[in-house]
Amino acid sequence: MSETRPFDVIVVGGGATGAGVLRDLARRGLRSLLVERGDYGTGTTGRYHGLLHSGGRYAMRDSQAARECIVENRILRRIAPASIEATGGYFVATPDDPEDYVDGFPAACAAAGIECEEIPVLQALAREPALNPKIRRVFRVPDGSVEPWNLIEANLADARLHGSEAWSYHRVVGFERAGDRITAATIRDESSGTTSRISTRFVVSAAGAWAGGIAALAGVQLSMRPGKGVMLIYNQRMTDTVINRCHLSSDGDIMVPVHTVAILGTTDVRVADPDSNEITREEVAALIGEGEKLFPDLRRMRLLRAYAGVRPLYDPPDDVGVSENRKMSRAHSVIDHGERDGVDNFVSIVGGKLTTYRLMAEDTVNVVAARLGVTERCTTAGAVLPNQVQGKTYWLGHRLAEHEAQGGGDAALICECEFVTRPMLEAYLDEHWPCSIDDVRRGTRLGMGPCQGGFCTFRAAGLVSERGAGAETDAIVDYLRERFMGTRPIASGRQLQELWMVHGMYLGSLGLESLVDRGPASAAVEVPNARR
Amino acid sequence: MTIAELVREAALEQVGYSADECLKCNVCNTVCPVARVTDLFPGPKYVGPQAARFRMGHTLPAQAKGLPRLASPDRTVDWCSGCGCCTAACPAGVKVAEMNSQSRARMKAGKLPKLRDWGLGQTDLVGTVGVLFRPIANWALANRPIRRLLHITFGIHHSAPFPKFSRGTYQSAWKRRQKRLQKQFGITAEPGPGAAVVYFHGCSVNYYEPEVAEAMIAVLARNGYEVIVPPQVCCGLPLISNGIYGEARAHAHKNLEILAGYARRGYKILGTSSSCIHTIKAEYREMLDIHDDEATVVANATWDICEFLLDLHDQGKLDTGFGPLPQDLPYHAPCQLRSHGIGLPAMDLFALVPGLRARDIDHDCCGIAGTYGMKKEKYGIAMAVGAPLFEKVRASGATEAACDSETCRWQIQGATGVRTRHPVEILLAAYRAADAADAAEAARR
Repeated sequence: MSETRPFDVIVVGGGATGAGVLRDLARRGLRSLLVERGDYGTGTTGRYHGLLHSGGRYAMRDSQAARECIVENRILRRIAPASIEATGGYFVATPDDPEDYVDGFPAACAAAGIECEEIPVLQALAREPALNPKIRRVFRVPDGSVEPWNLIEANLADARLHGSEAWSYHRVVGFERAGDRITAATIRDESSGTTSRISTRFVVSAAGAWAGGIAALAGVQLSMRPGKGVMLIYNQRMTDTVINRCHLSSDGDIMVPVHTVAILGTTDVRVADPDSNEITREEVAALIGEGEKLFPDLRRMRLLRAYAGVRPLYDPPDDVGVSENRKMSRAHSVIDHGERDGVDNFVSIVGGKLTTYRLMAEDTVNVVAARLGVTERCTTAGAVLPNQVQGKTYWLGHRLAEHEAQGGGDAALICECEFVTRPMLEAYLDEHWPCSIDDVRRGTRLGMGPCQGGFCTFRAAGLVSERGAGAETDAIVDYLRERFMGTRPIASGRQLQELWMVHGMYLGSLGLESLVDRGPASAAVEVPNARR
Repeated sequence: MTIAELVREAALEQVGYSADECLKCNVCNTVCPVARVTDLFPGPKYVGPQAARFRMGHTLPAQAKGLPRLASPDRTVDWCSGCGCCTAACPAGVKVAEMNSQSRARMKAGKLPKLRDWGLGQTDLVGTVGVLFRPIANWALANRPIRRLLHITFGIHHSAPFPKFSRGTYQSAWKRRQKRLQKQFGITAEPGPGAAVVYFHGCSVNYYEPEVAEAMIAVLARNGYEVIVPPQVCCGLPLISNGIYGEARAHAHKNLEILAGYARRGYKILGTSSSCIHTIKAEYREMLDIHDDEATVVANATWDICEFLLDLHDQGKLDTGFGPLPQDLPYHAPCQLRSHGIGLPAMDLFALVPGLRARDIDHDCCGIAGTYGMKKEKYGIAMAVGAPLFEKVRASGATEAACDSETCRWQIQGATGVRTRHPVEILLAAYRAADAADAAEAARR
């Protein structure tokens, strides 16, 4: 085990919260290190529906959460415009939604400070013709969508500019305690398997749904209550506006246009293991059944895949009366393990949601700063993140427009569905190598379109192999396994045909079957009813 | 909803969602005649189902200065010729060409069209004026300096094929003919749907090629059908091709209103222009999104002339008394005809003519694609697309060729110098050959 020079603070977890905490620490002069067991944004941050909350979803039952959302919504539009699409949102009252909830909604929004305007149903239908024509009322709110990986990268970039570091594929495997303090962390490099010991003055666990495990390493009991949510990705944006049902949040009641796709969310099921991401056909069918109340033609639209994320819900010991996950507060808690568990320099940040990640970081770092005697105040709400153009939010056509401006054509396209060009991919690899194709996906959207990697994976693998010979086969197999996994629960119609065609291309035409059988990856590319 | 229902559900049948059908298989790219000859056009998959997913937004925000303020930021779609080979070939049923056309229309919506593109869509206006000033117009269009001027000022390529205006419009000739018949025979009532068909002649017959109408009327008369020629306007295809949808819809509604009356009474609507007929059959609905009852009833009643004649033959009702035509006849099936999905009925009919050595050139597109190949920036592409076809027509040594669509005929004739006729003209010649043989026989006796 090697000894690395100490950091003021070690942040565990490379989701939006961890990245936000690292940025805030760095800007207050604390030289910090973020460690993430995988790639950034592979936990809850990368597996949510993409909504930038206006707060409307919480207005009727959790006024504090609603108020936090709208304040942070405005801040994010200012500091991270490149990660945000200002789609706007509608809360629509379908015939199934209770009258009193709908009637109370605008006042509740007003009370939380959310701009909410009722618009004529016909006006809403003119803008979004795929909406259910039977909707009775429509309220417009400032919802939007967020590109989570881009947001994390921007936070990390700002932290690096202020002298901090972030290591992906590094896992905390233990903490050293000296009395009531953590003195060092043992960190394993997941690619090389080597471990190192890093001394630190403070530890922040931003591991979200995994915070229980991190706390256990420090000898602290923390019971999280992960809530699994299943989401469905549609091939095209049948709506250009975020659409919410105007009722108490439930399954399948929100459609978020994100990049080229639209995401239907979500379910909420309590799970024991935060790594549990199994999706059943029943969950998919139930989601679509609810989603049809918003978009009657939904089941005839093409589904690309299903995915599941876990909400980092916290189960406070004194809150025993709450049984249903959905009713638990979506506000966050900073747990100071000094008062609670006798570990003086350790806090966990739990609960919350992506929209309020910055506020969660601020609240957390306030505690850390007080403990470490740092007097600098939080500046993350005022400072625009690196590589942003003020007022220039994301818009759907930008990739196509930029590609066309550079001459267009498909010769330079690696991923045809998402318009990822060879220069884009090379630039990503230059910056992040070594990395997997799945990392490339998060960074570039490679393989996230209708063919789900069918036509880009072998091209990307070619570029990957130029940097590390022999890596290409594993890269292809790993990546396709991941892509196919998300397709299986929804595979019907065209997407099933696509799956079989891609299967045929790789295992048949490209002869991957013989290759995968040789290596440890032979367990294989999973396809429905594959003959093995 | 049950899982079984989810699996069984059919896809949404709207051009707007037809990108959902794309499996990315590339078949459309392999059949695209334009992408084969130029890198300017990135291919039907790219501008069609791929780009479609980026066009689902409303309008570009004000921030996108310097970029066109449009929902569709892809300009390369304008290199699509609209031939429709992609849609015809797509194994998954993606309406690629329709998607491209709609995207072009969205790109041009809200802006004044180029004068040239607008003008190419005004076939009725150009035709009426041209026929009125026929000698001057024909002289001007054959005059090289004037064509060069048109090339520079309007962007219509100086070498693009342009037909000669005829003496009077076909509509007026038809009216005169009806009056004459009325005087001669006192006929006033229109014949019923069992004895007559309705003729949508289109602009080429109206202003340039009345001989095609005469041939069709004669061939139908031979088979016991009279023809009704109702008033009509341009089908709107040249407007659709140039992205001018609003005006195209006005044309469509005018024609539909007239034709629906006949279709509802059981008349078949026939045309000699496979492209106009395809517009009425399919594009009013699929491109212009006109989904009313009129559009459906008219589409269902509309037939290409050769499709109709072959159907008569299938029923054993076609007069097959064709005389011998001992000649080579290279035949080109226009893209628009292929889009009908009716095979190559002209070839089946040619097979009934003794001695006729008709050969399907089997080339996808002549390049002209309506008005595409007339534009100065696209002329070179159009000629390259059609080059193998022209070569085969020339190599055949034939003095005549055949083709169902007018602009394709003009293109082939312009490029090869070989007289190119509509299939009904060939069939009429075969009937006449039989008459001549009969007359000679009678004279011998």
